[in-house]
Amino acid sequence: MRSLLATILLAIFTQFALANEDGLKLQNANVNLSDRAALQRGAKMFVNYCVSCHSAQYMRYNRVAADLGIPEDVLKANLMFTTDKVGEPMLVAMRPEDGQSWFGVAPPDLSVVARSRGADWLYSYLNGFYLDTKRGSGVNNLYFPNTAMPHVLWELQGLKRAMFESEKTHDGATVEVFEKFETVRPGTLSEVDYQRATRDLVNFLVYVGEPAKLVRYALGIKVIGFLFIFFLAAYALKKEYWKDVH
Amino acid sequence: MSTNTDKPATLLRWVDARFPLMSLWNDHLAKYYAPKNFNFWYYFGALSLVVFVIQVLTGIFLVMNYKPDAATAFGSVEYIMRDVEWGWLIRYLHSTGASAFFIVIYLHMTRALLYGSYKQPRELVWILGMCLYLALMAEAFMGYLLPWGQMSFWGAQVIISLFGAIPVIGGTLAEWIRGDYVVSDITLNRFFSLHVIALPFAIAGLVFLHIIALHEVGSNNPDGVEIKKKKDENGKPLDGIPFHPYYTVKDLVGLTVFLMIFSAVVFFGPEMGGYFLEANNFIPANPMSTPQHIAPVWYFTPYYSILRANTVNFLWIDAKVWGVVFMGLGVLSFFFLPWLDRSPVRSIRYRGGLYKTALAIFIVCFLILGYLGVQPPTETKTLVAQVCTVIYFLFFLLMPIYTTLDKTKPVPERVTM
Amino acid sequence: MRDDAVDPRRRRFLTGTTLVIGGIGAAFTAVPFVSSFQPSARAKAIGAPVEVDISKLESGQRLVQKWRGKPVWVVRRTPEMVETLKSFDPATLRDANSDKSEQPEYAKNAWRSEKPEYLVLVGICTHLGCSPNYVPQAGAPEVGSTWQGGFFCPCHGSKFDLAGRVFDGVPAPSNLVVPPYRFLSDTKIMVGEDKGAAA
Repeated sequence: MRSLLATILLAIFTQFALANEDGLKLQNANVNLSDRAALQRGAKMFVNYCVSCHSAQYMRYNRVAADLGIPEDVLKANLMFTTDKVGEPMLVAMRPEDGQSWFGVAPPDLSVVARSRGADWLYSYLNGFYLDTKRGSGVNNLYFPNTAMPHVLWELQGLKRAMFESEKTHDGATVEVFEKFETVRPGTLSEVDYQRATRDLVNFLVYVGEPAKLVRYALGIKVIGFLFIFFLAAYALKKEYWKDVH
Repeated sequence: MSTNTDKPATLLRWVDARFPLMSLWNDHLAKYYAPKNFNFWYYFGALSLVVFVIQVLTGIFLVMNYKPDAATAFGSVEYIMRDVEWGWLIRYLHSTGASAFFIVIYLHMTRALLYGSYKQPRELVWILGMCLYLALMAEAFMGYLLPWGQMSFWGAQVIISLFGAIPVIGGTLAEWIRGDYVVSDITLNRFFSLHVIALPFAIAGLVFLHIIALHEVGSNNPDGVEIKKKKDENGKPLDGIPFHPYYTVKDLVGLTVFLMIFSAVVFFGPEMGGYFLEANNFIPANPMSTPQHIAPVWYFTPYYSILRANTVNFLWIDAKVWGVVFMGLGVLSFFFLPWLDRSPVRSIRYRGGLYKTALAIFIVCFLILGYLGVQPPTETKTLVAQVCTVIYFLFFLLMPIYTTLDKTKPVPERVTM
Repeated sequence: MRDDAVDPRRRRFLTGTTLVIGGIGAAFTAVPFVSSFQPSARAKAIGAPVEVDISKLESGQRLVQKWRGKPVWVVRRTPEMVETLKSFDPATLRDANSDKSEQPEYAKNAWRSEKPEYLVLVGICTHLGCSPNYVPQAGAPEVGSTWQGGFFCPCHGSKFDLAGRVFDGVPAPSNLVVPPYRFLSDTKIMVGEDKGAAA
């Protein structure tokens, strides 16, 4: 009975979906929060490309500086454009009403987007834009069909076309399945460099989603280590008293 | 009496002359005789008390910084996670504690099923425990609304509208619970009060009654043998040992192991793959946009499966209403166990194949129903849920029959270690 | 039940060890909870140093700015006011040398400020917290003919001179508080932070 239970439990807890809703497999974002240089590059990308439309209203500038090892003058010179108070969060100048009327939907706050969407999805999304003349922005995205966001990083990545193939599913319906991308115009970065840049950006977003992540692993090891020492003492104590019973 | 004049002893005597300190200490700890053969399954009562204390302690500190207002609730949780010193740890202790509470309670209840701890004379202990289970579910449900994420909002919306399915009074009842026409800031504020004040007091009171009722009749044990039947010349049960120091010291070890596992989750994986902290709940509640996939938190999923399994309109009553009825009966069925179980024997160790098979199938079905509850419904999955639901209720309905027919083994006079 | 006799020393030792390690663990566990009471990042951000623009402050005038929820005054003293301070009779003051009052090192002098021309004070009476009035005119009627300029608190009548020092015989126990501050330039003062670091 126990092995049956164990099997069932295992079956339940391995249901982590790696696939997108449409079944398109996500690319691996290779997050590494201990890579400080990558986090700093990601911060720079975020501030240069994202903050004009997206706020990170729960992330304070001075926290980014402290966690990523950025001195205050460097922070002020390179990362702060909308305010000069280092204690302020990363707010955006654009009003939500304007965002609504320009894009159809106000650009969402990105403070915890890495926790709701996941790092792999964000990375795939940033690498999933392609040309689509039917869209007002001129682009569409494999992982977020009909996204209202323009391809902000197009100058870095260049422009691509998506090639689809018609396939039949098992119930007999026809679907368009993504086959590959075709470069229409190269960007200023090579494909590898663009992937690295977007990976840095996603890495930074994962940090922004949960700054405590930088410290909790190391602390956990200390806590469990201490508990283990306590366990040894408590167990010896128990064994001593239970000699009375056995 | 002693002529001891050192300070602690005289202070003790002063208090004891005015408050039954020593008799309480003796009745419930130093001279409370518990069976000496407690095993793994007997850790979870004490552990549930510890988890309750963790929830209250971390809850107190969370409330210092949380704002129960629809406009600022989500932000206040992120404020705790980032701006409050150590706030992230206090939050994770509370969110992990909620799931830990249910894991511990389900294991605690399993013990009762294995060893017949609900049987005479412990029926009241069981009933109080079931009341605690209901109170805990209500407490968890209210607590989950507080972060005001998409799952918080839509989960509450769905569950409250279940009350709306009750014929005649449903609509008014749902509106009365919400205090508004939809789940809103008003609902959030009242759930906050219930979650922080009302239900914790109710739970604390029920825990007190539960332990008093247990101590009145004495604890059961893995052999189901009544240790009070065999006493020595001093009136102490031959197979009993004083709870303190033997079980205080043993429970301390159990507690340490529990804390190691608990800490591993808190520090290395508080989200638990989206089961303890759901991804969708990191999106602020949006009444205009329903997530694709609304599922209650994992500990409610078996009952949610039973609810969804009801797809047939039957006897002029909507399937939706049947779903609510059977979901309710699913929880309430447990209350009747002391009277459905007709076996002369308490512990599974001495039961026959019929009961063992029935219990094994029941547990497997419960787990399958739980798993199905987090999945989006498909035709096959609904069919499986329906089969499991039938088996679930048959476990209870047929129990008087198979426990009578069951070939039991002779129960020993003394406990086995 | 037992084969050998109980060894009480061993029991005491093991119990003691467990209690000590447990006590250390409990102390460590208390740290996050107690620390969570400290001002949060938001409190620190809201209480951050503020920049005060003194370019338009005329001689003899006072401006008020909020810092950490409190009124902070910057008074531009006239040369006559600075002279008056030098000739003040210390016997009339309760704490002429600011020994019992709160101010940074660079404000523990005759004019209680870094530069004699500019006085920076927290505008809260050290008695019970009202905000005193600025009464710079000598001999002002509401204060008396011997008044040489300063601050007068309307709540219980405490009087302070043009360096914020409290007079003897009034309810207030100490001089008006000087907050940490520094000059960013001739026209800007940063209140809440001095050359060391933020308060």
